[in-house]
Amino acid sequence: MTRISLSVDGASVSDDVEPRMLLVQYLRERLGKTGTVIGCDTSNCGACTVHLNGTSVKSCNVLAVQADGAEVTTIEGLAKDGKLHAVQESFRECHGLQCGFCTPGMIMQSVDLLKENPTPSEEEIRLGLEGNLCRCTGYHNIVRAVQHASGQAVNS
Amino acid sequence: MIPAAFDYVAPTTVEDALAALAQYGDEAKIIAGGQSLLPVLRMRLNAPEWIIDLGKIESLRGIRDDGDAIVIGAMTPHSVVGSDPLVAEHAGLISKAVEHLADAQVRHRGTFGGALAHADPAGDLGAPALALGAQFVIAGSGGTRTVAADDFFVDLFETAIGEDEILTEVRIPKHTGWGACYEKFVRVAHQWPIVAVAATVKVDGGTISEARIGLTNMGSTPIRARAVEEALAGQSLSEDVVRAAAAKAADGANPPSDLNGDADYRRHLATVLTRRAVVAATGG
Repeated sequence: MTRISLSVDGASVSDDVEPRMLLVQYLRERLGKTGTVIGCDTSNCGACTVHLNGTSVKSCNVLAVQADGAEVTTIEGLAKDGKLHAVQESFRECHGLQCGFCTPGMIMQSVDLLKENPTPSEEEIRLGLEGNLCRCTGYHNIVRAVQHASGQAVNS
Repeated sequence: MIPAAFDYVAPTTVEDALAALAQYGDEAKIIAGGQSLLPVLRMRLNAPEWIIDLGKIESLRGIRDDGDAIVIGAMTPHSVVGSDPLVAEHAGLISKAVEHLADAQVRHRGTFGGALAHADPAGDLGAPALALGAQFVIAGSGGTRTVAADDFFVDLFETAIGEDEILTEVRIPKHTGWGACYEKFVRVAHQWPIVAVAATVKVDGGTISEARIGLTNMGSTPIRARAVEEALAGQSLSEDVVRAAAAKAADGANPPSDLNGDADYRRHLATVLTRRAVVAATGG
């Protein structure tokens, strides 16, 4: 067992974990943060995307011990005081989801993308989200949601 | 999928990491960003007893100007390398290759040194490092040594790094003012290239003074397309010259055959991508 201390969605946590425990497992099984989902389990689909020290990572491809000392934000930490994050609002407004399974990862990656590039072109949105797969293939509305969140005109 | 159980140590200095490596030897694997190693562990293709994590060694991160070279710390994430102005100015080929390496999440976590030490022949950094004549600084118990790119890549997933050694930094000789393009062919977004071409070219007054071309996934290691380089050097830049030179891209290459394409397909791809890469690198 290895002792880890980190911040998750603004709360300090400390735990003894097996070194082989994945960050996504730690979030879901120890902390009950099941908003972060496991999609492909092969680091392809991006459904498990969270922010580690402010940048997006696939939490199925990070060990919990590697997050020792870090600040983690999950989809559950985006809303503040009961008010959805602007990107969450946009996904709802533009219906940027079908089954909804890829949505937590899509939103976390979109927040990261908009932080680096506040007004991305359609191509930049598609490239920025290339590590996130939507198996319903609902990409058009996801792109629209990111355009809407960035205050740009939305594709018709 | 969960990796097999292992013990874990996260040293804070290179010396401590080398000591751990000496102590656990064959039973240990080094983890950098883990973007290649963790999938291997989760699929149980490898089950080391010890994992030595370099993530807490601050001295292995960062990029600096060292006169005639840019020095990239082995643990510098791809996203940092890709947005670094020094790298863009003096080793533009690296910036171009990093731009479309894997996806954003992997670029945040994966490291420059980790990817090169992993030595996947389909990895995006080997060919640019080879083309730019990178030098690899490797630390061991007896001190550090420097290995030239031509000697670094030994075979499939095998480099000159010894079992008791750690790659600490990579020196990229400055190629200031050289044009650059990394032309990558994939079937599916954010996947490894079926073939990719790393080209950097110096043009003076319409004449190609020097060209350096690296090929990705055209053999068990990244390779140089030397026949193309020789055919371009000293020539006046023209479409015909580039086309004729690019036709030699697969000379001497021994590319793999797999579900993405057979060896002949890859040889053909190499010539097409080389032409496109050289045209783009020379402002076409």
